[in-house]
Amino acid sequence: MNVSLILIILLVGAFITYFAGDKLASKVALFFSLAALGCSVVLLNHFNTGENISLINAWINQPKISFALNADGLALAMLLLTTALTPVIIFSSFGNEYKNAKAFYALILFMAFAMTGTFLAADGLLYYIFWELALVPIYFIALIWGNGDAEERRKAVVKFFIYTLAGSLFMLTAFIYLYQKAGSFLIEDLYKVQLSACEQLWIFLAFFLAYAIKIPIIPFHTWQANVYQKAPTVGTMLLSGIMLKMGLYSVIRWQLPIAPLAAKEYMNIFIALGIAGVIYGSIVALRQKDLKKLLAYSSLAHVGLIAAGSYTLTLDGFRGAVLQMIAHGFVVVGLFYAAEIIYRRFETRDIAALGGIRAQSPKFTSMFLILVLASVALPTTFNFIGEFTVLYSLSQINIWFAVLGGTTIILGAYYMLKMFQNVMLGETNSKTFADVSINEGISLAAIIAVLIFFGFYPKPITDLITPSLETILNVINKN
Amino acid sequence: MNTLIAITGLGIFCLLFEILNFRKGIVPFTILGLLGVLALNFYEFGTTASYYNNMVAVNKFSSAFSSLFIILTIFLVALSHNFYENHQTKISDYVAIKVFLLAGAVAMVSFGNLAMFFLGIEILSIALYVLAASDRLNIKSNEAGMKYFLMGSFASGIILFGICLIYGAMGTFDIAEIHESSLSAELPIWFPIGMILMTIGMLFKIAAVPFHFWAPDVYEGSPALTTALMSTLAKVVAIATLYKLAEGLNLIPSLENQDLSNTFINVVLTISIASMTVGNIMALRQVNVKRMLAFSGISHAGFMLMTFLTIATSAGILLYYTAAYALAGIAAFSVILYVCKNQDNEDITNFHGLGKTNPLLAAILTGSLLSMAGIPIFSGFFAKLFLFDQALHAGYVAIVIVAVINSIISVGYYFKLILAMYSKEPNEERTGKPFLIYAVAVISIGLNIALGLFPSLVLDLLN
Repeated sequence: MNVSLILIILLVGAFITYFAGDKLASKVALFFSLAALGCSVVLLNHFNTGENISLINAWINQPKISFALNADGLALAMLLLTTALTPVIIFSSFGNEYKNAKAFYALILFMAFAMTGTFLAADGLLYYIFWELALVPIYFIALIWGNGDAEERRKAVVKFFIYTLAGSLFMLTAFIYLYQKAGSFLIEDLYKVQLSACEQLWIFLAFFLAYAIKIPIIPFHTWQANVYQKAPTVGTMLLSGIMLKMGLYSVIRWQLPIAPLAAKEYMNIFIALGIAGVIYGSIVALRQKDLKKLLAYSSLAHVGLIAAGSYTLTLDGFRGAVLQMIAHGFVVVGLFYAAEIIYRRFETRDIAALGGIRAQSPKFTSMFLILVLASVALPTTFNFIGEFTVLYSLSQINIWFAVLGGTTIILGAYYMLKMFQNVMLGETNSKTFADVSINEGISLAAIIAVLIFFGFYPKPITDLITPSLETILNVINKN
Repeated sequence: MNTLIAITGLGIFCLLFEILNFRKGIVPFTILGLLGVLALNFYEFGTTASYYNNMVAVNKFSSAFSSLFIILTIFLVALSHNFYENHQTKISDYVAIKVFLLAGAVAMVSFGNLAMFFLGIEILSIALYVLAASDRLNIKSNEAGMKYFLMGSFASGIILFGICLIYGAMGTFDIAEIHESSLSAELPIWFPIGMILMTIGMLFKIAAVPFHFWAPDVYEGSPALTTALMSTLAKVVAIATLYKLAEGLNLIPSLENQDLSNTFINVVLTISIASMTVGNIMALRQVNVKRMLAFSGISHAGFMLMTFLTIATSAGILLYYTAAYALAGIAAFSVILYVCKNQDNEDITNFHGLGKTNPLLAAILTGSLLSMAGIPIFSGFFAKLFLFDQALHAGYVAIVIVAVINSIISVGYYFKLILAMYSKEPNEERTGKPFLIYAVAVISIGLNIALGLFPSLVLDLLN
């Protein structure tokens, strides 16, 4: 039994969903995403008993490319994030009617397939293929099922596609260059390549371009808010919950160990860029009038902090970054889902037009409040652990990084609570707001349960990821 | 050699069908015949032989490319059935011309003598002139045929002049003998001049910048099926022939003088970069899909020319690249044929809303465009990957970076078409589901993806 099973389930699921027809598509997709989740839990057990669940097969002889999937703790953690969020995301869409639903759900599963592949791939080229494949479905999801003016949406989505593709093509060039040196695309071989400082800098920058656009780190973030706003909520959840974690994960998995000298030399610059994203995102979020855009900018701030944590090159930084990736993945999906629930009832995301929901729907209000508090890293939530570990690692590098990075919590508390106040509290709204339905409640409760459970007891995840992070750190410090 | 004879025989049979008034069966019969030829060609694969005083020299290179040409011709003949529905009386002529064109193409890659080479070019070109002007009541088609004829015969003249100069320098038309004498130190100046003239003539046929001016007009004016033929089969034939010529005549190593060799590399670099850049930038502005694909073809010619930088080892990559490009082109054109049937132009507006009215064909066109843009898992991605890998391996970093930037630019216009299909409202209903067009589209994109999943099948063929 190995990890390729999950890829097969998701891919086959995508095809079956497409052929199941519009009526059944959503249920079939949910079934396959749950199957993938179940399968990944089983694989986790196998992994914990020490069984080898990785896989290497030769694929192309010349140039030498293998179909290699490597499941260490880090990859498994990201795999679980993907397979756990996918059913939640699919389930969250049950309240909506989509035209041509079979294609919609098939694309979601296909995207989950590509993202899972990205996290698992242990061959540079295979990784690149999955990385690019993930881009195609989200492009169509945002383009066809998105909202807002068609012309503006088209512009936003095309910009997003060309931007990300441009970044990743430079990464591809870097991979080909590395291949010339290493004679193989396998990650172990790429780790071993000896590069001069100058070469490392160029490789580092080529990778950085791809990841900075995907994450996004300023100044490469301009595509983000528009796409988040225009995409259907399911697309936004996939993008912010999982896809941008591909960029953050790749920083730790590929960029830093392959070009460690450059990473050490210019560490401060990249941490500063991450922190700048924190401050910029928070300040811009303060002024947003659209609920989804506000969440998009808050997401920009949080991922800036995660990126800064990864670039510290310390175990705490890595660990905090990975914990926060998972925590942020859940919380951001929950928040976008809450925004979607509001939109279903009021058909607006304009913060000024909302208000007075609390009186009508206490259950929804309390769930939303927990999500807001988790997002601002209140202690006892999962986000608190991630964010504080990152801030601690930043303070070891330079106390000012930690101070400036800490603004994410202060400013975040300000704009999130202000948003909560405007959206939920105040005079009773003239329109009626039905409380959460059972389906909606299940999704939100699942997310909140995860956030609070790991807030109290993060040990399973830290135990899972720490050994592989230590291995990566050894590679970085080796030369 | 047997392949060539079989193809010619098949062409004559096609003409007989006209006389016997058996037009209905011509497309299936020709497809079956070509499949037979393909089998014969596979059977002979790997044998190296020369015939008629080395007029025809069959080797791995020629049989591999011949197979590709035959496969492409099968697709093009299959598409003919629907395309010439309104010209029932002429269909056997058109099919026969295509088969003869294939004979010219096979002759072009299996020449052992420059006379044979020129004969192949002319068989191919004359067939193409006729096909370009085949919609004889349409003024645009007439214009295209005339333009193509003038430009093409001009190019043929240059090639012929080049051949004469080489004969003057070497005293022979035979490739092997020219190759041998080109190794000697003292070469008359006529030899490089002749080579340059032949290269220029072939670059005309490939439509590489700065010899590309005919392509957009001719592509736009010709009947869509002829455009499909030109942009897939004819382009692939021309580039493969030029490759064989440059390799067979020992062009690069024969230039003992290091300066000349460097000059040749620089010329290839310049033409390649100019082709991909000019082609891409001009394509961005097109609204006619055929014209857009013409410019996209020019930029792909630039990519294919990159193989000339490492000419000794790139034959497999050239085969892979041309196969990926041509299969994607066939898939794209079969959708274009379906969409633009009964339309008086091929503007992008015709494609509006195809994603809603005909999701399968829209998906196929999307796939083929993604392949041309170089998105994995389609074979276009691997073609570019192998190309870049080879060029970087030989130390040409700059051109790889230019090529990468060009790949990004190309996404701009490929996606314009994808956007039109998925985000605009459909403007009219199309009825009918012509089986052959669907079959060709599905099979060609399927082959394209199969090449992407198993690249070694083709890539290792010529090693």
